[in-house]
Amino acid sequence: MTMDVTLNVKRYNPDAAKPASYNQEYRIDLEDGSSLLDGLIKVREEMDGTLALRCSCRSAICGSCAMRVNGRAVLACNTKMKDVMPKDGSPVKVEPAGNMGVVKDLIVNFDVFWGKIKAVKPWLQPEGPVPQGEYLAPNEAMLHLAGVMGCIMCGACVSDCTVLEVDKNFLGPAALAKAYRFVGDPRDAHEKDRLKDLTKYGGMWDCTRCMQCVQVCPKGVDPMGRIMKMRDKALAAGYNNTYGARHALAFTDLVRHGGHLDELRLPIKTFGIFNVKEMLKLAPIGMRSQMVGKVPPLFPKPIPGIQNVRRIFEKVEAKR
Amino acid sequence: MKYAFYPGCVARGAAPELFASTIEVARRLGIELDYEPMRGASCTGAGVLQEKNQRLGDTLNARTFAMAEKAGLPLMVICSTCQGVMSQASKRFKDDPAYLAEINKDLAEEGLQYKGTVEPKHLLWAIIEDIGIDKLKAQVVKPLKGMKLAPFYGCYIVRPSAALGFAEHPEREDSLEQVIKAVGAEVVDFRGKTLCCGFPILTINQNNALKMVANHTLEAKGNGADAMVTPCPLCHLNLDGYQPAAAGLRKQPIDMPIIHLPQMLGMAMGIEPKALKLNKHLVSTKKLLSDLVLAP
Ligand code: SF4
Ligand code: SF4
Ligand code: SF4
Ligand code: SF4
Ligand code: FES
Repeated sequence: MTMDVTLNVKRYNPDAAKPASYNQEYRIDLEDGSSLLDGLIKVREEMDGTLALRCSCRSAICGSCAMRVNGRAVLACNTKMKDVMPKDGSPVKVEPAGNMGVVKDLIVNFDVFWGKIKAVKPWLQPEGPVPQGEYLAPNEAMLHLAGVMGCIMCGACVSDCTVLEVDKNFLGPAALAKAYRFVGDPRDAHEKDRLKDLTKYGGMWDCTRCMQCVQVCPKGVDPMGRIMKMRDKALAAGYNNTYGARHALAFTDLVRHGGHLDELRLPIKTFGIFNVKEMLKLAPIGMRSQMVGKVPPLFPKPIPGIQNVRRIFEKVEAKR
Repeated sequence: MKYAFYPGCVARGAAPELFASTIEVARRLGIELDYEPMRGASCTGAGVLQEKNQRLGDTLNARTFAMAEKAGLPLMVICSTCQGVMSQASKRFKDDPAYLAEINKDLAEEGLQYKGTVEPKHLLWAIIEDIGIDKLKAQVVKPLKGMKLAPFYGCYIVRPSAALGFAEHPEREDSLEQVIKAVGAEVVDFRGKTLCCGFPILTINQNNALKMVANHTLEAKGNGADAMVTPCPLCHLNLDGYQPAAAGLRKQPIDMPIIHLPQMLGMAMGIEPKALKLNKHLVSTKKLLSDLVLAP
């Protein structure tokens, strides 16, 4: 069986007289089980040899075919065309990956991607005498890293990261996941330096926990989950004087104390009551809220049975 | 239909209009909200507690689930973040019964035990899956004809889809669009509808959060929206409360009202705007409401 597919491809030709992106539609016949990549290759081979795209392995290993389909990053080779054809019969929207500059059509520039990976020093930094053979680690100690090591550097997560979209300085999901791979390696002797570096602006605390990277990663790397683990490690290592760290600690404290979120105290505890600069930033919204009669209760009562919540805090925190 | 009702902190704190409008709308839809069994329930942890200690957050949520289970009622939430955090915890319990058994040990002292039967459900999903769009339509006395509404979901109610049951419930994917249409309004599509509003980094990197607010509200505006509708009170706090600052950043007015889901439903049900607390927003809803009155 074959199916009739319309692709709407976002194109860009740097050699045009006035380079600008435009959309082009292609209508093709495809075998039922075809992938998106099959479709694009068919277009290139049979209809339009100028369509530029990157691919190699065709089996989700090399990481070269990440692009956006209907607004979401995927690997073209492991995406079934059937699964991305809109029910209403509208065309399949194909665009280059986001957050990286377009070179031509569906090909993007990975310089920024590699720059960020490099910035986290993605190599083992052991200390002490060099062993005869390899640096060994017990199997169990490495298991939690297996998932991160599955990263194929495709850039799908980077394409859809919402923070990168507004701030190019952010290290982003792939690099932070890679950082975790070494922070969590028992053979690495620089866990603390790494964590300290990663608490700076652009590092782990700048992630907004939007889960885009978790959703789009074709390899189950769970970059955001790794970022959260690093936050936990950074707090445990005593790097808790950033707004992000203080926010997490303040939030935890308030829930322990009252069982619920205390919206008035959270920012105060995060910034510190004497932090005039940040307090003033909050002031306009505070005043406006008061004008429309919308202020969180000044002294919210703890929830009934709060002692049970506090006991759970003690018990579970003691297990760590 | 009766639910154990978990309003979440924000609906009882900084977004009381969500609480008020939910009560009004539920009554008309024949939804009975029982708050009693949830009296002692804590915050879900909002993903923040989880970044410090995931097991701690999971224990608190198992405790909340156990309370609903004990009452023999399905659990309703009205916050995208509550939904997401609870769904993720619920998935971990389902995937790993041994983990749940461990967690139950810490609940035993309080006489609670979670057997694993609770499916937390947002009002938005409940309307589509339990109540039925037809029943909602039957309550619409003042269709929002001509009103152009842009849906804004909030990350936690759309990602990660594996935890949110999207495979078994494909209707969840465009749930907001469905209810917007059901009340007679027009859906304004825009890229930002499933993106992050920036709330979690408000106190960490406010500039980035404001850029997100500006991007989403201006994109919706550019596509012709009269207002944005959200099932997440945290998105509301950010998109509404920080919109003036975002407008300042971009040096242009935005004036995009951010409406809670039940407020939209309530308007179409002919409920007084005051009862829906539509006057309690930072970005005024006056123009939106006057357009509605003038509509034929
Ligand atoms: S969760 Fe963090 S790293 Fe992942 S896409 Fe969102 S902001 Fe980027
Ligand atoms: S983390 Fe996943 S999405 Fe990101 S580069 Fe690696 S494999 Fe690709
Ligand atoms: S997630 Fe949000 S609304 Fe839900 S309980 Fe916690 S702070 Fe409250
Ligand atoms: S959109 Fe905003 S408030 Fe809503 S879930 Fe995401 S971060 Fe939270
Ligand atoms: S072609 Fe290699 S990952 Fe898609």
